[in-house]
Amino acid sequence: MSGLPLLSLAIWVPIFSGLVVLLTGTDRNSPLARMLALIGAIVGLFVTLPLYSGFDTTTPAMQFVELLPWIRRFNINYHLGVDGISMLFVILNSFITIIVVLAGWKVIESKVAQYNAGFLIMSGLLNGIFASLDGMLFYIFFEASLIPLYLIIGVWGGPKRVYAAFKFFLFTLMGSLLFLIALIYLYLYSGGSFAIQDWHQIPIPMVQQKWIFLAFLAAFAVKVPMWPVHTWLPDAHVEAPTGGSIVLAAIALKLGAYGFLRFSLPIAPDASHEFSWLILALSLIAVVYIGFVALVQEDMKKLVAYSSIAHMGFVTLGFFIFSPLGMEGALVQMVSHGFIAGAMFYCIGVMYDRVHSRMIVDYGGVVNTMPKFAAFFMLFAMANAGLPATSGFVGEFMVILASVKFNFWVAFAAASTMILGAAYTLWMYKRVVFGAVGNHHVEELTDITSREFLVLALLALGALGMGLYPQPFTEVMHSSVDELLRHISVSKIQ
Amino acid sequence: MTLAEMQFVVPDLRIASAEIFMLAMACLVLIVDLFVKDRKRTVTYVLTQLALLGSAVVTVATSSGQVSYTFSNMFVSDLMADLLKFMVYISVILVLFYSRAYVLERPQLAKGEFYVLSLFATLGMMVMISASHFLTVYIGIELLSLSLYAMVALNRDSIPATEASMKYFVLGALASGLLLYGMSMIYGATGTLEIAALAGRLFGGEGNGIILSFGLVFLMAGIAFKLGVVPFHMWIPDVYHGAPTAVTLFIASAPKLAAFAIVIRILVNGLIVASRDWQAMLIILSVLSMAVGNFAAIAQTNIKRMLAYSAISHMGFMLLGMATGVIDGDVRFIFNAYSSSMFYVVTYVLTSLGAFGTILLLSRAGFESDEISDFAGLNKRNSWYAAIMMMMMFSMAGIPFFVGFFAKFSVLQAVVAAGHLWLALAAVFFSLVGAYYYLRVVKVMYFDAPANAVPIKASMDVKLLMSANGLAVALIGIFPNGLMMLCATSLTNSIAF
Repeated sequence: MSGLPLLSLAIWVPIFSGLVVLLTGTDRNSPLARMLALIGAIVGLFVTLPLYSGFDTTTPAMQFVELLPWIRRFNINYHLGVDGISMLFVILNSFITIIVVLAGWKVIESKVAQYNAGFLIMSGLLNGIFASLDGMLFYIFFEASLIPLYLIIGVWGGPKRVYAAFKFFLFTLMGSLLFLIALIYLYLYSGGSFAIQDWHQIPIPMVQQKWIFLAFLAAFAVKVPMWPVHTWLPDAHVEAPTGGSIVLAAIALKLGAYGFLRFSLPIAPDASHEFSWLILALSLIAVVYIGFVALVQEDMKKLVAYSSIAHMGFVTLGFFIFSPLGMEGALVQMVSHGFIAGAMFYCIGVMYDRVHSRMIVDYGGVVNTMPKFAAFFMLFAMANAGLPATSGFVGEFMVILASVKFNFWVAFAAASTMILGAAYTLWMYKRVVFGAVGNHHVEELTDITSREFLVLALLALGALGMGLYPQPFTEVMHSSVDELLRHISVSKIQ
Repeated sequence: MTLAEMQFVVPDLRIASAEIFMLAMACLVLIVDLFVKDRKRTVTYVLTQLALLGSAVVTVATSSGQVSYTFSNMFVSDLMADLLKFMVYISVILVLFYSRAYVLERPQLAKGEFYVLSLFATLGMMVMISASHFLTVYIGIELLSLSLYAMVALNRDSIPATEASMKYFVLGALASGLLLYGMSMIYGATGTLEIAALAGRLFGGEGNGIILSFGLVFLMAGIAFKLGVVPFHMWIPDVYHGAPTAVTLFIASAPKLAAFAIVIRILVNGLIVASRDWQAMLIILSVLSMAVGNFAAIAQTNIKRMLAYSAISHMGFMLLGMATGVIDGDVRFIFNAYSSSMFYVVTYVLTSLGAFGTILLLSRAGFESDEISDFAGLNKRNSWYAAIMMMMMFSMAGIPFFVGFFAKFSVLQAVVAAGHLWLALAAVFFSLVGAYYYLRVVKVMYFDAPANAVPIKASMDVKLLMSANGLAVALIGIFPNGLMMLCATSLTNSIAF
């Protein structure tokens, strides 16, 4: 198995299946397009599984490395590899792709081939981001992944989709263009290398480190998103079709956080320490302030979008207290949020498909007509609130524990998420699901179909499994996290 | 030189064989067309395409990879000239293919003159590309410009076209005047019009500094006009808009290559010693162009006008590479910078062809399809053409995996290498602004409902070529190394110090 270029397969199998799906053409062939997309997504997941089974947990080194010269003129290489940090996201992304294809199975009726192809191509590009070890390759995947999501939001989105799609695209582009300049600067500074691992090693004076850090921050803060550049996310989430929201929440938000681990921290460790107060402050604002903002939302998708921002605040908080517990907690939180936020958006999508409203007031008493659905929704709401035994708890608890050691007040503010998260999620749940049947729309609701059951069960398996037995997830990241922390504790200033 | 030494030297005609062939074919087409009765002018059309193909064959066959001069050092042939000429043929061939149906539907255009003028304009570009003497530069520019003035006005009864042509002619004549004036001053300062000799004299420290600077300013004004950069850009939107789309396609493609060639010939080959002066001027021109081009494009509702402003901004971006080659008097980095600019121009022309080609494709008799709203719902009408146009737009916006990204990237790395970080920041800021209006075209094609459902007809050859054009933009985007290396090699071959 190890002889196969697994990472290339993880990238190109979805992209080529996307192109094949595109070839089915018009909507007359949509059953075929759906089938091909599902097969492509499943094969795409299967080729990533050996990444886990064949993974060597004892070493922090890059594994499954592939290195081919690509653009010799600028010494850009097709250089792929994963460590304990990135490997999980490749698998998570490939898994989410299946969910997305299933989520759009009945709902999407126009331009089915293009819809599924868009997601498959995006899935491949996202895998490319996580697997890139060449700075320019990373950037190219990073930017190219904007195109499918822009089209998905714009074509299959809600009433304000055009505004949301433009805002999403331009916000992200703004950050990543500064990132591009930093990459070019590092390329010249390192004497003509785009290899990320080379950049990890070169000493850089403080002033340059600070600028590089800030340029990276511009790209990653938008992508995470961190307060105050988070405003594109609620718009994008609200307008995107369910599948778009799932990918956005489960995978795309992880890119910013991943960028911190791969670029900001190891390349500019001194500047990271120097600016850690800034990141901590922004993270706490995200956790506390955005938590309050989520509380007052009337639109369920917006509420979950804000809760995502708050949860991602936890991730950046965990990174910048520079302790193994905090960092692993943040990584667990990232993976777990992939399952939970994906599931929350899927649940809202299930209701939206029937009632065509995302407003909380249009619901009430859903449990009476959709008991099976209500049970699943309950589980994910609890997980979103961080209830023990769900994956949401593990990450949050680890980060809070680490921050107590770091600073009591930081931990105090961070722990407020336990209350706020519970408040906004469960209050929404109560208003939507419990009580008497709210109106005739709710009365006419039908419970979930077997396809929807399958999707929810898969996601529940992830959320519960990770909560009850996080060991398989944490053990692969140990060596990489330890190595990263050791690396950033050494100053790069000479 | 004494009288005895002066003797007539027969020029080496082989070096200019492609030009001679083109001239002969242009005259032949002119005469043959007199006897063509066919309203479609098929014979003229085929002969014109054959002339271009033949020139391409001759250029490739006579390409020696060496720098060789002829006609008393007025004409030079080198690898850069061969490469640029080859790109010119390709783009003119594509222009003629794409515009065939458009021209046939418009009786005013469907005359032999359209083809003859295209060939003379091509010849003008070839002369510009191979010029090694100020007078050759001027002859080339005039041959190109006069042909273009007439082509813009071919649609005699159209008021916008006539206005565009007048504007183009008056401003173009002024620019030619400025250029000539600059040349005469440089002649006054150094005593030579020969580009290689000029460089030699300037290296030797000869020349009157003040007159030289004045001459340089006038030269720059003339060149900036031909490139269409701010503040010499006024003609671009009006001409792009007013000209028949087939002619717009012509103006928007190949002449950019020729204008790039004269920048290299005059500024780099001739005046590299004065690089400190012209680099500063180029920086101003380029920042202004990116600013005006990108912001003005946002306000346009006509896609030809929008692409005109976009062309201004692209030429500005390309000039960034030309403006950052010589770093503190050090010429070691010029190949990196100039070959990036060359790559930028070549790929821009390819993208521009695809974009204007799509406009032509959607036009039909009595309907120009030149408003952005005419693209509404193109994805529903024909998803493949929409995909091609989308690739062109994303490429122009500089989004990977399309070739425009690598063009922008290679210029940016030259700018950063020269230490002009602020310039790179300005460039990416204006690119961000530019992304907005490219995205808007994609939005109109993909997010909006179709305004009309008239099926899009295209002949097989156009379908194939459009597809090839679109795929080239994507494939060179995935494998840009070959073309990058080709640009670098040809420039290294042509610039000798």
